[in-house]
Amino acid sequence: MIDTQALVEQFGLNACIQCGKCTGGCPVSRKTDLNPRLLVYQMLRGEEFELTAREELWDCTTCYTCGLRCPKGVKAVDLIVGLRGQWIESGKIPTTLRGPLTATLNQGNPLVLAREDRTLWADGLDLKPMANGIGTLLFTCCENAYDPRVQPMPRALVNLLRAAGVDFGTLGLDEQCCGSEVRRIGESGLFEYLRDDNIEKFKAAGVQNIVTTSPHCYNVYKHEYGATEYQVEHYTQTLARLISAGKLKFTKKVEATVTYQDPCFLGKQNGIYEEPRSILKAMPGVKFIDMDRSRERSMCCEGGGGRMWLEGTNNKVRLANDRIQQALETGANMLATACPFCFLTLSDAVIATGHENDIKVMDILQIANQAL
Amino acid sequence: MKPRIGVYICHCGLNIANSVDVASAREFAQTLDHVVSARNYTYMCSDPGQSLITQDIRELGLTHVVVASCSPRMHELTFRATVQKAGLNPYCFEMANIREQCSWVHSDRVLATQKAKELIASAVAKVGLLVPLEERQVAVTQAALVVGGGVAGMQAALDIADAGFQVHLVEKDSQLGGRVSQLYSTFPTMERTADLLAPMLQRIHAHANIHVHTDSRVEKLDGFVGNFTATVHQYLDRAAQVSELSVGAVVVATGAATFDPIEKPELGFGTYPNVISSLQFEQLINPEGPTGGRLVVEGKEPQEIVFIQCVGSRDKTTGNLYCSRVCCMVAAKQAHLARERLPDAKITTLYADVRTFGKGHEEFYDRVRKERVRYRRGYVSEVYRQADKLMVRFEDTLIQQPVELTADLVVLEIGLTPRPETNEIANTMGLPRSGDGFLLEIHPKLRPVETAVDGVFVAGTCQGPKDIVDTLAQARAAASSALAPLCRGQVKVESATAYVNDELCAGCGICVATCPYGAPALNPRTGRAKVNAVLCKGCGSCQAACPSKAIRVMQFTSRQVLEQIAVLA
Repeated sequence: MIDTQALVEQFGLNACIQCGKCTGGCPVSRKTDLNPRLLVYQMLRGEEFELTAREELWDCTTCYTCGLRCPKGVKAVDLIVGLRGQWIESGKIPTTLRGPLTATLNQGNPLVLAREDRTLWADGLDLKPMANGIGTLLFTCCENAYDPRVQPMPRALVNLLRAAGVDFGTLGLDEQCCGSEVRRIGESGLFEYLRDDNIEKFKAAGVQNIVTTSPHCYNVYKHEYGATEYQVEHYTQTLARLISAGKLKFTKKVEATVTYQDPCFLGKQNGIYEEPRSILKAMPGVKFIDMDRSRERSMCCEGGGGRMWLEGTNNKVRLANDRIQQALETGANMLATACPFCFLTLSDAVIATGHENDIKVMDILQIANQAL
Repeated sequence: MKPRIGVYICHCGLNIANSVDVASAREFAQTLDHVVSARNYTYMCSDPGQSLITQDIRELGLTHVVVASCSPRMHELTFRATVQKAGLNPYCFEMANIREQCSWVHSDRVLATQKAKELIASAVAKVGLLVPLEERQVAVTQAALVVGGGVAGMQAALDIADAGFQVHLVEKDSQLGGRVSQLYSTFPTMERTADLLAPMLQRIHAHANIHVHTDSRVEKLDGFVGNFTATVHQYLDRAAQVSELSVGAVVVATGAATFDPIEKPELGFGTYPNVISSLQFEQLINPEGPTGGRLVVEGKEPQEIVFIQCVGSRDKTTGNLYCSRVCCMVAAKQAHLARERLPDAKITTLYADVRTFGKGHEEFYDRVRKERVRYRRGYVSEVYRQADKLMVRFEDTLIQQPVELTADLVVLEIGLTPRPETNEIANTMGLPRSGDGFLLEIHPKLRPVETAVDGVFVAGTCQGPKDIVDTLAQARAAASSALAPLCRGQVKVESATAYVNDELCAGCGICVATCPYGAPALNPRTGRAKVNAVLCKGCGSCQAACPSKAIRVMQFTSRQVLEQIAVLA
């Protein structure tokens, strides 16, 4: 039995006016029973709430649209994560999450792969270990480190940073998961362990600036570590900065009509809309065209909030498939993004919808590397 | 002669009595030097409370009175009048603030009682040193300035002019009429705004007492109630034409801005030509507008129209926490107009709460629903395009389902916001603003059109969102308040003013530079400072600045203040 009154206080739910703006904005509410407004109402009413009967709590992608739209400052997403936390605490952890969570604790990554294999992506790159005096840490998302489909992204970033003359290092085998998704799954204990451990490692290596490959790592380092010793940038910010300072120049033509998927953790949650677009527009040959739903009205790919390891209650409708359709409607033959989760979900959707010959999903890092 | 002091301690119901032991405070007051009577009572400001004071003055021959109660801002004038009624000089009176500065901010009863006693002792120490002051009056310039030529300003100008006084009506635009002139009709009577404005304008332009200054702004306001000087710049060509207007009272009616829906990017304003603001709808429906009053968007009559309420209002993300008070009825009115033009269109209004609190408003809302305008409960989350239609996405909270509604016209019912230049207006006039950014009245119920500056009054939407009915009511209230000093012909001015001890003054001029009201000036003959008591507000800045202690403020002399402090030490 959950203590609804405690949740009402913890998440400030008394402010809610039940306007439904959260549920209306929720991208998965179109396909599942997840109704953030109703959840808040059930807490306010203090009705009996059978947690494990509410499978749809795992549908949330933590895109944060509900929280951003709310006129009264209520963050329904935080309530959902809080409820997931109680679920996890009860020990009834959804089957497909058990492996990733255990591996994150033991191996430092949710892909259930060995800690000592973390640097395989960088074979032959001869990367410097992070040390005092090196200004910038390149932080690789677990996905980018281990998944061969997205390993080219950090390699491209290494190339781009070197071309711009940026001195940087990596944590090598000391690098581990940032904990963003772990936290959103509701495993707050594991998150706190990762946070404290990472902060120690950053301190030991004298980290002052971090560049991340994933918006999820960027977001958690920026807002949820409570640390002030370092500055953090997502790579789109870094590259946009280097381009406008004249340190990074694109010379090769990219013959493509490109549209762009705003990752929720970069766009909606951090207001970084302009930088990714400015990088694409700086490439010779690129014809850039936005989708109708872009920026603040962008649509989630369903990759966040632990959904990389959870199918959710309705796998017949996939938002990524709709997104491919919307990208095609612009006339684009390339769909750019700036997040490993978006890249993977959208790439799958291109295959699932049979559009391999019509549109290609690319990370901005890959395109930029080609244009160098 | 030794002073004979009375001390009156107020319970303020339980406001004070809850955390201050008033009986013990009274016993304590009784023991203080020169105190001949000390009493406590539930409400000292009530008639029986005041008679306790007047009775003691008469029967015990009191020379000075201390009331320990609320802030002087609340009741100083009340009690000054009380002691005057019993024959005392109103300046032989002092207040000890044991409410705002004691009972309301402390919960420890013992400590709060101790503090209240010290505040009372301090006031008693000072009051015995107060000397009777003469009440002074100055003549009033019998003309008024009205800033803003919308309906509020025009109505206030007419009322003051009709009472026989000269009015300067200053409007920043080239024409009078303000926001109302941008609207087509008014709720709930569906009266055309043109029919409302035309007679007003006609009367204003024909009125011998009204001087209209268009394309003009008030750049400076000097002086005080009864005798203001307004510096007005008229911007006709490039150079400003400057005029100085002498007036006795000012009505500020500068209006409000409308919320810019571009700040709510999820609603697609600025992206889709068929997402328009409620203000644009007024032009669209107006026979004198660009479409000749035909309701057409992108060359077509819309068949599915959606009105969205609360755009920019009641919304933390925009910083406008308040309800704009007009949008619910504007939406109802516009839905009615749309139905009139398009009998077969599907018209939906999306709301979270419908607030129809004015006279005839609920009845109008009833009528609009009968006209087949569908009200569905839910704030809109997103507007986007699907094929050639707009999709309006929201949760219909009554059926608990997310809904996509197709539309070919979306009207955003935008709220009212403070004008961007409110800060300049506030600084020019010396007016404070409330937390919502609008101009602040002194008390929302008791003194709704008065401001912190005596003689400056507020009317209309510069003070907060309101409809035309409330705006005109407030304008007439402001006009009648402004008329009070004009009719009286004289105003009381502060008696507790500064004066200069000629023998100590070295003529350094620091007081001249310090005074915010321009009251002291150096006498060219004697080389010493002299205070113009009419301009002096008794603020004490000069006294603090004077290096030779030559300048003193009555009732706040160093001796009086030091005695007051000594008791606290």
